[in-house]
Amino acid sequence: MKFKFIEEKIVHGLMILSTLVVFGFFFSIIWTIAKTGFPPLTWEMITQLPGGGFYLGKEGGILNAIVGSLMIVVASATLGLLISIPVVFYINVYLKKNSLLGYFTRLSFDVLFGIPSIVYGAFAFTIMIFFGLKTSLGGGILVITLLIIPIFVRSMDEVAKSISKDLLDASYSLGATKLETCKVILRQIAPGIATATLLSVGRAIGDAAGVMFTAGFTDNIPTSLDEPAATLPLSVFFQLSSPIPEVRDRAYAAALLLTIIVLILSIAGRIITNRFSKNRIL
Amino acid sequence: MQRCQINIFAFFKNTTKVQSVLLTRRVLKNKLANRFMQTLTVLSLLLLLIMGLGLYYKSTGILKEHSLWNLIAGSTWSPLTGEFGFWSFIISSVYVTIISVVIALPISLLTAIYLTENAKKWVKKIVFPVLDILAGIPSVIYGLWGVLIIVPWIADSLGPRFVDYTSGYTLLAGGIVLSVMIIPLLVSLFIEIFSTVPKDFKDASTSLGATRWQTSRLVVIRKASPGIISAVVLAISKAFGETLAVLMVCGNMVGIPESLFDSAYPLPALIANNYGEMLSLPMYESALMFAALIMFVIILVFNAAARIVLQKVEKQFKL
Repeated sequence: MKFKFIEEKIVHGLMILSTLVVFGFFFSIIWTIAKTGFPPLTWEMITQLPGGGFYLGKEGGILNAIVGSLMIVVASATLGLLISIPVVFYINVYLKKNSLLGYFTRLSFDVLFGIPSIVYGAFAFTIMIFFGLKTSLGGGILVITLLIIPIFVRSMDEVAKSISKDLLDASYSLGATKLETCKVILRQIAPGIATATLLSVGRAIGDAAGVMFTAGFTDNIPTSLDEPAATLPLSVFFQLSSPIPEVRDRAYAAALLLTIIVLILSIAGRIITNRFSKNRIL
Repeated sequence: MQRCQINIFAFFKNTTKVQSVLLTRRVLKNKLANRFMQTLTVLSLLLLLIMGLGLYYKSTGILKEHSLWNLIAGSTWSPLTGEFGFWSFIISSVYVTIISVVIALPISLLTAIYLTENAKKWVKKIVFPVLDILAGIPSVIYGLWGVLIIVPWIADSLGPRFVDYTSGYTLLAGGIVLSVMIIPLLVSLFIEIFSTVPKDFKDASTSLGATRWQTSRLVVIRKASPGIISAVVLAISKAFGETLAVLMVCGNMVGIPESLFDSAYPLPALIANNYGEMLSLPMYESALMFAALIMFVIILVFNAAARIVLQKVEKQFKL
């Protein structure tokens, strides 16, 4: 057999091997989290606030972290949408195809997308000190909003960019203004918005480095914007560093909960993309 | 008859008036929306600048006391006496990043080639969601996995073969965990880049009798090399900024790591570990903000360069 065919065989084997390695990592992670997290996961954990001596292994749950995470995620996803939809409209409808502003905006969102959350956290922290704010729910919402705007803009822009110019022209020729044309676009990018939202929520709920600085941690459910808020990833992180096995068990359970949420979001995102992208006019 | 005519005339006059009011209102609305959206866009464009300036402003305190060179190249770290040398943290970050890329690059390159050139449809149908999920798993979960699987593995089986003692919380553990985190990013970028290489090139190569691997190696990879490099740069900056997972598995002992089995203390871990007490010591806050500034600048430059190259690559083949 010629050398090149042997080479082909070997490399083909290596390719399959490396794909299997990726699979292996995936299953190892899921299996580890499920195996350690499932036994200690109880109903009590999800529905109760930390009781007295919670961090010494006494009774209580992580409802504070669950509710805190939900509050931050819902608020910042809403804010993020409100800010990023106009931006996407502007760079796709109002600006010309080769506009310099559009180019720089896209580039800067690409770069912002790559900035790590701890830098966002540090930056938001400086803003908060500047305005004399303490670590609070509001701070957490601020930093997560900043963090997810690039995700929103990038993934919606990806869809909006591919909309054909004919559709816009048809709308203009009926006498519609650009603002009214945006309604047409909105319908076309609706599945993109849904996917972007799920993507951002997944990233927002799992982010820890940003909220560490800004939202702080507490055993209570925050009742106003200036109270600190607990979050799930930080709850995992803090409980994991405890020397008491019961507390570490809770960290595993919280991690399992977080993984399940992220899995659901990711699968839902895929389903939406697959189902709705078929109906789009290209 | 005449009355009727007048009425009709008046009717038309009114409608045009209504129409013109409606028109001006619509145009006005459009213009207002234009201004509003423009402001939002420009503001978001300025966010990068504001971030950089904000972090710079916060770190001026320490930049006044020490020279930039001393801060970066100095390796003594004792906040109590006011000595801040970032060298050991920077070098830890660099090592961890290099290890992760060395592990992740061959795996993701081969996987991406397999998926774009060789794999059957059902394989893709399974692998893509898996990559999606891997990309979405939060870093704290990766950290937990590292603590439960990688760290004991290094401490019990891998470490003893090479060194006398290791706790497992090491440079290598950080590198492995990070490599798993950047694999999904690399694979998806590679797939995107490889699919921009025109099919004609591949066909030409195949028709000359090249095997699939020869085609991939000599045509696809060569044509896509600028894209591959920028994908790696993006992965580097992601690994460089990753915080929590690294913080959990690296050990966090100040000092320059001398082997794979030494503990490391990368920059993001430094910031995350000390934010609590940073307001209690003089200059400490400023020092940590300087650390954030270093990361910001490095990642900004890396990202911008990589993105510009990637855009060029895409344009080049879209002709």
